[in-house]
Amino acid sequence: MTEQPQDALNTRARAQGIQVALAVSLYGISFGALSVALGFSIGHTMVLSLLMFSGASQFAFIGIIGTGGVAAAGAAIASAGLLGIRNGLYALRMSPLVGPGFWKRALAGQLTVDESTAVAIAQPNEESARHGFWASAVALYLGWNLATLIGALAGDALGDVRTWGLDAVAAAAFLGLLWPRLASREPIAVAIAAAALTVVLIPVVPAGIPVLAAAAVGIVLAMYRHRVAPEAPSGGEEKAA
Amino acid sequence: MTVWIALVASALIVWALKNAGYLFPPRFVEGALMSRIAGLVTVALLASLVVSQTLQSDDGVAVDARLPAVGVAAILLYFRAPFLVVLLAAGAVAAGLRFFGFLG
Repeated sequence: MTEQPQDALNTRARAQGIQVALAVSLYGISFGALSVALGFSIGHTMVLSLLMFSGASQFAFIGIIGTGGVAAAGAAIASAGLLGIRNGLYALRMSPLVGPGFWKRALAGQLTVDESTAVAIAQPNEESARHGFWASAVALYLGWNLATLIGALAGDALGDVRTWGLDAVAAAAFLGLLWPRLASREPIAVAIAAAALTVVLIPVVPAGIPVLAAAAVGIVLAMYRHRVAPEAPSGGEEKAA
Repeated sequence: MTVWIALVASALIVWALKNAGYLFPPRFVEGALMSRIAGLVTVALLASLVVSQTLQSDDGVAVDARLPAVGVAAILLYFRAPFLVVLLAAGAVAAGLRFFGFLG
């Protein structure tokens, strides 16, 4: 690497973080619109973005209750939680970077998601990683929540989900979240197994259950692959950006 | 009311998972198996959600305007289209097909 002053690296890290945050924030518009169109109030929608603040978990929650009703609430909670596990692992990675201080760590905890972690990991050294993490984290939190509100207000005006194809947008959103993770044969095989199991189960079990069965398949296959190929790369956990 | 309980419960779980990573020393939970489980569970859940959001209907599995819309989304993702373009295209395909009376 060519010698670059630390200030320049920090500035570049912050700029990268803000760019990523702006791009991903726009996607909060579709979350807000979809959530309201599926029957959630603007209050529900905003609490999800403000408190849960993790795109995949938020979409899973509204998707499962939106199609399965409150009867699927258990499955919605479990799916949102399982999708949140990776944030905990990101937090382990970010922990030394964030450093000591209760409030600083609590704030970092809320803001540790795919994007802030990806921006931090992409930086050449620890100081610029710290700049990248905080810039993307804060910009994304503000942008995501503002976009959710705009989407929720727009969704309120849209009315029926199906007329505007918003049900298909939800499916496409999950595909878009999945896509960057399909970088090797292992996650592709797991995705195919999970998709096939879901098709088979949908007609025979209550809504929400196929998703949990798929999660169980993911756990079993991860344990099996860990035993037969412990060194192989995992399911592209840091590929998302 | 039930929706609120489910919503706050899931939000708290997701929030607690993020913060847990800052509470525990890495050696407690880090490791090849845990990151593999987290990675592959995420893949399995998302794949399952793609399928259920695309095919699930009130009475089991149904093929409607959502399926071609998701197909278009996949093609656009393959060509690295921006996220928002993918979502807008999927919505436009499904809405367009329905508007012209194809596939419901």
